[in-house]
Amino acid sequence: MPDSVHPRPPRGNKPTKEHMADIPAGLWQKCPKCSALLYVKELERNLRVCHNCHHHFRLSPDERIALLTDEGSFTELDAGMSSRNPLDFPDYEQKLATDRQKTGREEAFLYGDATLDGIPIVFGLADFDFRGASMGSVYGEKAARALERGAELGRPVIFVTASGGARMQEGVISLMQMAKTAAACGRLKAAGQLYLVIMTDNTTAGVLASFASLGDIIITEPGALIGFAGPRVIEQNLKVKLPPGTHTAEFQLAHGMVDMVVNRRELRGVVGRLLGYLAPAEPEADGDVLAAAAQGEHGL
Amino acid sequence: MTTISPSRWLPFEKPLQEIEEQIKLLEDYTATHGIDRSEKITELRARHATLSQQIFSNLSPWDKTLMARHPNRPYTLDFVKIIFDDFIELHGDRRFGDDPAIVAGVARLDGQTVMVIGHQKGRDVKERQFRNFGSARPEGYRKAMRVMELAERRGAPVISFVDTPAAEARLEAEERGISESIAASMALMSRLRTPICVVIIGEGGSGGAIGIAVGDHIAMLEHSIYSVISPEGCAAILDTFGRDGSRGHEAAQALKLTAQDNLRLGIIDEVISEPIGGAHRNPQGTAELIKRFILATLPRLQALPIEDLLERRYAKFRKIGQFNP
Repeated sequence: MPDSVHPRPPRGNKPTKEHMADIPAGLWQKCPKCSALLYVKELERNLRVCHNCHHHFRLSPDERIALLTDEGSFTELDAGMSSRNPLDFPDYEQKLATDRQKTGREEAFLYGDATLDGIPIVFGLADFDFRGASMGSVYGEKAARALERGAELGRPVIFVTASGGARMQEGVISLMQMAKTAAACGRLKAAGQLYLVIMTDNTTAGVLASFASLGDIIITEPGALIGFAGPRVIEQNLKVKLPPGTHTAEFQLAHGMVDMVVNRRELRGVVGRLLGYLAPAEPEADGDVLAAAAQGEHGL
Repeated sequence: MTTISPSRWLPFEKPLQEIEEQIKLLEDYTATHGIDRSEKITELRARHATLSQQIFSNLSPWDKTLMARHPNRPYTLDFVKIIFDDFIELHGDRRFGDDPAIVAGVARLDGQTVMVIGHQKGRDVKERQFRNFGSARPEGYRKAMRVMELAERRGAPVISFVDTPAAEARLEAEERGISESIAASMALMSRLRTPICVVIIGEGGSGGAIGIAVGDHIAMLEHSIYSVISPEGCAAILDTFGRDGSRGHEAAQALKLTAQDNLRLGIIDEVISEPIGGAHRNPQGTAELIKRFILATLPRLQALPIEDLLERRYAKFRKIGQFNP
């Protein structure tokens, strides 16, 4: 059931606007996991990881871009691409309008050119605050374009995934985005390029069951909810009781579905090393290296 | 004609049920009393035919959902038996196990070898459980992939039959990578160097369906459905329907899940008509129509150079999506 989960208060251990509402003036934030009271500025300095229990709060796209790309290197592409209502689905346009207002974005997925440690990459990421980062036409189209861009320009693609699943309101068109993005992954691989996926809280359903799971290397963040159907959906629909700790990054690591669970403070370093080792910039594309070589500084 | 047990009449078939019961009564009366009521019977049969035509060409999306799930509806192996001259089923994913919810094998069709994959539902309580209600586990998708890779190497086209409520989501499936198996199967199908022909015969349920539904030519039976989520699931999730699973009929309307809607949206290439009354009233006739479709489609796909076929297949899915640039 890779079915979209409409955004609503998650299962208790995740921050929501409602949770934050009773904390004064945005100066302090309560950790939803250990209840520690955190000074927001300090929390931000700590990449939104709780000092006390290491709970990883969700990052905004801007924070994520700052974390994983060279400063000022990210140029967003197709930022104005926006959803239609192809099925005339009731309430859809109004919901889109609300989330546009809320996030200041046209849609839940963004991508563009960037560099990381000087290496040109195509970088894509999701905004969970926009419709729970559910995948409709725009999400799928942008992900496919990013993968194709990597193939065409010969650049590695790094995706930071988040998604509640397929976007219900675009029905079977959303479902087809799974096939479309999975096929686009094939293009990138056929071009010999590296495809690196960082799964963040939460990555589920249609996105997990398509391009997210096809990464050459898959990194996750501690505690992230990762699973085909969320545990709440399974318990409700299939009337079963799940043991604790399923559908997490750590669970997926234990079952061989992801390569590693990396603390956010080490994430940039790990991604940078992998990229540097597996997809170093072509020397001819790197002016500095060439200039340095010409001057004999590298002793080549 | 398949016998339809009284409990299996669908709500919109009520008028037909009444006529059929009347006919039965008159026939019995003729037999026991020796009084000829054939005139009346003929009249009733004519009314039955007209009414059938009317009812089955005006089914609502929810009616179609019920048709697609009808317990007497023919399943993959029912069709396989009729369509193909021979079928040798293959088992297991060579990694963990064999998933009875997806069948796969080698078949012969008019003198050529084809590979068949398809979801399989069960008919009675025991078989339904054995087939996991057609909800495939990772092993099912991996078995399908193994067979498709063989098809590629031997130059045999792939015929895929889709009929699943959804992929299995329980913990055992999660532990063995249900998401990865669906993703990998779609990725494989998108680049498989042999023609792939897909027929949605009942329920095209979400990721479980698309996992084996990437192909060159996609058809749906007239009363089948293809959707991102079940109507009940959709109604239970969205506040649009009050998060009330019992409002599935409304969600069915909104989701545009019928074969006719899918054709209009450009998701599929063709709708295969079902005999009046639906596939479950005439499995043989339905199978023959599917066979005709496959025989018409395969030569066209096989005539294309493989690189063109792959480009076409990529473009087919690549272009699906509606947005403002």
